Amino acid sequence: MTPDDFAFVARLLKERSGLILTRDKSYLLENRLMPVVRARMLKNLDELVERLRGGEINLREIVVDAMLSKDTGFFRDWRPFEHLRKVVLPNLRAARMGKRHLRVLCAGVATGQELYSLAMQITDAGESFLGWHVNAIGIDLSRPALNAAEAGLYNQFEVQRGLPVRMLMRHFTKEEDHWRISEGLRHMVSFRPWNLLEDLYPLGRFDIILCRNVLAHFDQQTKLSVLQKLSRLLYEDGVLYVGVTETVTGVSASFIPVSPDLGIYAVHRDGYPDSRSMALAH
Amino acid sequence: MKRCLIIDDSRVIRRVAAKIIQDLGFTVEEAENGKKALDACRVRMPDVALIDLDMPVMDGMSFLRALRQTPGGDKVVTMICTADSGAMQIEQALKDGADEYIMKPFDSEIIHSKLLLLDLL
Repeated sequence: MTPDDFAFVARLLKERSGLILTRDKSYLLENRLMPVVRARMLKNLDELVERLRGGEINLREIVVDAMLSKDTGFFRDWRPFEHLRKVVLPNLRAARMGKRHLRVLCAGVATGQELYSLAMQITDAGESFLGWHVNAIGIDLSRPALNAAEAGLYNQFEVQRGLPVRMLMRHFTKEEDHWRISEGLRHMVSFRPWNLLEDLYPLGRFDIILCRNVLAHFDQQTKLSVLQKLSRLLYEDGVLYVGVTETVTGVSASFIPVSPDLGIYAVHRDGYPDSRSMALAH
Repeated sequence: MKRCLIIDDSRVIRRVAAKIIQDLGFTVEEAENGKKALDACRVRMPDVALIDLDMPVMDGMSFLRALRQTPGGDKVVTMICTADSGAMQIEQALKDGADEYIMKPFDSEIIHSKLLLLDLL
């Protein structure tokens, strides 16, 4: 691929998704776009770019979707989810006892595993959240990924990466070689196509936001913009989870680290986390 | 350093699992059936055991039940590792005292994530 063609595709990705593609990641371009070349029965990547330049709208969407990372897993990294279970959910239950209303956003939900993980934890808390109205929303730019999330059907590798077998037994049913999430969990969550570059305010406000392993794909300016938008969506005592290898410190002053090694952040208030923050062990 | 006992009648499976688990910082011991594994446990209990089900001499479930009756055997973290992915088989293994269940084929990511959630990493 010529440097000019590479720059064209990189610009398209940045504009449509915020995804940054540097020259050292050109192998990603080939890995992820060759299946599109084959599916469209094109000669090579050059022809694909030529058609993109020609303005094929549908093809642009397909190419952007193919380049998006959909890497996710149940209880990914495990320990942040243990923090959720042991600290945040009990705090949240105490803080919202009056309203009995809980809202969760998973930004960059991909095929749904992390949002379902949280839904399993809420369900397994048993009577703690019985009678509560739980609104768990997953957003992503990729419609194929959202379709998979909605189907809630996972293969044997996917259900083994991070998912304790007792949870598999409680929340899934085997269908031939795959495992399907229970109807109860399926109804607890909803998925919407949404671009993080756009206004997020119509989604409403949330108690917990998961935005894990998403920011790493953006440049500093886009990270800052997304974090500012997310901070406005969180309640003052809400919690943000980013990936364990990502950091918010030095990018946005809207959040204060609580356990940065686990990617846990509270909303900023006078240089400290709000003392009511649900991220803190009280 | 934590110790892992890999029990499988397939030398290839033992070798693949041993490489993955050693890379995660464990010392590894191997046994080709449940009886040899039980003998090894009576000498020294491992921290974790990866247990195939279908083996000659003594199968995995018989080993698991015998292990749980052996002094100190109740503290060993046990992971069944088998090609049988039926829900009934999994339920039975959990009822008989297994802590986790891995369906073959497995990869390093699966083993890593299971050891992490069992608090062994």
